[in-house]
Amino acid sequence: MTMLASIVHVMCALLLAPALPGVITRVKAWFAGRRGPPLLQAYYDLWKLLHKGAVYSKTTTWVFVAGPIVGLACAMTALLIVPMGGTAGVLSFSGDFLLLAYLLGLMRFFTILAALDTGSSFEGMGASREAFYSALAEPALLLGLVAMTAQSHSLSISGMVAAVTPVAIASPAGPALLLVAAALLIVFLAENARIPVDDPNTHLELTMIHEVMVLDHSGPDFAMIQYAATLKLWVLGALLVGILVPVRSGWWGVDLGAGIGGMVALAAVVGVIESTIARLRLVRVPQFLVAASVLSILALVLVMR
Amino acid sequence: MIWALLLTPTIGGLAAMVLRPNWPRRALLLLAAAAHTGLVMACWKVRPTPIVDGWMAIDAVGLLFLSITSVLFLAAAVYAVGYLVRESHASSDDAEEELPFVNFPEAVFTGCLLLFLGTMTLVTVSRHLGLMWVGVEATTLASAPLIYFHRHHRSLEATWKYLLVCSVGIALALLGNFFVAVAARSAGGSAAHLTIDSLIAHAGALNPLWLKAAFLLFLVGYGAKMGLAPLHTWLPDAHSEAPSVVSALLSGALLNCAFLAILRTHTLLFAAGLAAFSSDLLVLLGLVSMAVAAVFIIGQADFKRMLAYSSVEHMGILSLGIGIGGAATFGAMLHTANHSLTKAMLFLAAGNILALYRTKSTTRVRGLLHALPITGVLWLVGFLAIVGSPPFGPFLSELTILKGAIDAGRPLVATAYLLTLAIVFVGMATIVLRMAYGSPPSSLRAGRLSDAHATCREPLWSVLPAISLGLVVLTLGVYVPPQLSDLLHRAAIALGAN
Amino acid sequence: MNVWLDTLLVLLILTNLHMLGSSRITACIRTVACQAVLLAAISLLAQPDGIGLRLLLLAAVTTTIKAGILPWLLQRAVREVGVQTEVEPIVGFTTSLLLGLGLLGAALHVAGRLPLPNDAGTSFLVAVALFTMMVGLLLIVSRRKAVMQTLGYLAMENGIYAFGLAFAIEEPLLVEMGVLLDVFVAVFVMGIAIHHISREFDHIDTDRLAALKD
Repeated sequence: MTMLASIVHVMCALLLAPALPGVITRVKAWFAGRRGPPLLQAYYDLWKLLHKGAVYSKTTTWVFVAGPIVGLACAMTALLIVPMGGTAGVLSFSGDFLLLAYLLGLMRFFTILAALDTGSSFEGMGASREAFYSALAEPALLLGLVAMTAQSHSLSISGMVAAVTPVAIASPAGPALLLVAAALLIVFLAENARIPVDDPNTHLELTMIHEVMVLDHSGPDFAMIQYAATLKLWVLGALLVGILVPVRSGWWGVDLGAGIGGMVALAAVVGVIESTIARLRLVRVPQFLVAASVLSILALVLVMR
Repeated sequence: MIWALLLTPTIGGLAAMVLRPNWPRRALLLLAAAAHTGLVMACWKVRPTPIVDGWMAIDAVGLLFLSITSVLFLAAAVYAVGYLVRESHASSDDAEEELPFVNFPEAVFTGCLLLFLGTMTLVTVSRHLGLMWVGVEATTLASAPLIYFHRHHRSLEATWKYLLVCSVGIALALLGNFFVAVAARSAGGSAAHLTIDSLIAHAGALNPLWLKAAFLLFLVGYGAKMGLAPLHTWLPDAHSEAPSVVSALLSGALLNCAFLAILRTHTLLFAAGLAAFSSDLLVLLGLVSMAVAAVFIIGQADFKRMLAYSSVEHMGILSLGIGIGGAATFGAMLHTANHSLTKAMLFLAAGNILALYRTKSTTRVRGLLHALPITGVLWLVGFLAIVGSPPFGPFLSELTILKGAIDAGRPLVATAYLLTLAIVFVGMATIVLRMAYGSPPSSLRAGRLSDAHATCREPLWSVLPAISLGLVVLTLGVYVPPQLSDLLHRAAIALGAN
Repeated sequence: MNVWLDTLLVLLILTNLHMLGSSRITACIRTVACQAVLLAAISLLAQPDGIGLRLLLLAAVTTTIKAGILPWLLQRAVREVGVQTEVEPIVGFTTSLLLGLGLLGAALHVAGRLPLPNDAGTSFLVAVALFTMMVGLLLIVSRRKAVMQTLGYLAMENGIYAFGLAFAIEEPLLVEMGVLLDVFVAVFVMGIAIHHISREFDHIDTDRLAALKD
């Protein structure tokens, strides 16, 4: 039964992930007083891209082609690990949180390599920033997960998230869990190239980070990148929702429904954040990310005391 | 009686702040200072009854410190009146950088001076650790505007350092208070009050670990205020930039108040049987202070800073004396009085020098004996007294401390003590003698020196306080009155000497 | 020890870290005010035996002064000075934050080893109190602006106050009021000094107060 629930979750994620950016854009549009694109715009975009041909520069090598494929593969594997609330991940095993961190790392690594492979200075710049910021975001993610490990005495993400019950949040460890959630929110925003770390909608390549790296990809390659990005949004979002929506009723349908509802709510919150907060100056971003690590460490200290 | 002691300067100070005309205000300053001294004299005859459940009382140690403060303040008040008259006439440009500046309003200055006396009185009469803390912090706040009397950037810098270092230090002392309260918690019952008497009565039951930690905090906190190295950094700045009369009060009275606060906690540890711990710390800090001061006195380019470092040195001597215990405690008590009076006299003389030469540089002051005969003699006499030459009071007290160190079987401490005293002697002698002899700089001879007769350059108000202080120091060197000797003995016994 | 108290303490830790990491003076002033409010709430929660009139009065006065008047004074000083409101640290923000974490670890370690009398509050409260004091000291030594040093002093004072709460130390009302008055006047005098520093130097950086040295 639980395995069924896990498989249903993966199916939902694969189907619904592209809707999340749609929710975010709609909320932003609503804040700006516009109607905004339809919720399913991302699906239309993906469909359109898949029917186009790809253009490859003569200077690029196989790395450039491999980047999007590896990225998508990593995102999908990560999806198999993460739980949604009480619903365990399909592949959950002891120590899988390290695998999750390194899958995300591998995905980024290949995106960076593909960007460098083009030989364009813009993309090189984006790649260097991406490498720098993710190096700062990774400790926050790992330390936050370690804090959850210390709280739940479980080495798998599914176990950690399952231990976040309403009772646990009301216990002395509750503040620590909320700190982890805050740290994960920052990581979530940074890893998915959202404001205040990165602005996907800016028209100035100089200030972009993630978008500038994938400028040269086109057609199906770009579709894979876009789809992998929405999956990544889902993966990291699921971790956050696991802490912030502690619905553990025992009926997997209810739990899963609450979790997916939480994902939509999270997307709406991101929309609100993007509408109300300005993008940080580039020099400030490292400080913001270090703050996430500090929150994680603080949570760890609180749990361990 | 104690209320009268506290309220006279406080009400006087508040009144001085609002009083518009100059002369009544200056008269008020003198009057309040004289009244305060009179009240303290009365305390010698009849010991006043404790008030507020014994939180405020005058014991032997308190009376000693109160008397020193009061006498000094009277002398300083006489000097201050003349100083204020001169400052209100003099062209107000900076003595060293020729920058124009505006003095602090005289009313505020006078008011703060009197409030300063009030807060110092509060420290000396407190028998409650919390109340004493309030008093010590209040002295900082009352004296900060005094240091900033000449409103220019250097005095501002000194004021800021003074405020910050002392406030932070004293905040640590507040934590020390809490630690004592925690220590007393384990004793339970009536010891929970932080009155010194009840703490001493239950000293045996206090938790020793918390008490030790508390003493450390007190030593750091009040030690910063007292000017013990390495926390003395504010002291030379504040003393050199404040008006000389304020420097005299800071050195002679304020440092003593902080010292008194440390003494009170030392008594507590003594009663709890932890004297070895606190004594060793006091000896160590004392020696460090003396050594640091000696290093900075050699070749010092600013004569007020030189005096300030000398204060650091003497605070070190006091701390050392208390730490050694026995006869040295008596010596330290006597030395408190001697140092305060001598240092105040030197600072008042330094004020006169600064007024004529308009520089604090030790190399640009020459021919003091020629230009300012009376001040010059006072400067030399003060120097001889402060470095501990006979027949002045400091000689006697420093000798007693030395004897205490030898009797206590600490030859190393005694050697270090003598060595630093010798270094300080040489360092100060070089500077002071060079200032006193020779002929005044030609610019001075052509300008300010020629147009006035010697007596006009040294009006009575500017030398009389210093002369009287000097006479007292000389007297103390050859004859200690029986009442004083009795008081000192009782103070020393209260501090654990036998 | 209930979960509300723990939450408040965690918030107190966060205010400290925020002060170490924040680059705006006004934000820091607001944070110190927050600290005072948190402390008042903690003082009401940490009492094992009910809330007396004396406690309420004390909490009210403390909050008014530390969260109302003093921040207002400092904000006014900053506004009147009219200098740029960047903090200008000597030690960078990131380094300060990491140092802050180290201090927190040290505070927890020390508080865990202190021989607490059996009727004392949690060692966590003691740890947070020590941590707040250390952060205050760190701010004083690692920031250039005079306002920030004053804020550091206030944070330190808050930490000491929290320590008093941890042990439920009851000083007589007279003394408590005296302490409060002293803190108030100290910050007031510092505020005046800041004003003069800005007029004298056109800035309030204390590292340029360096004319006096040997």
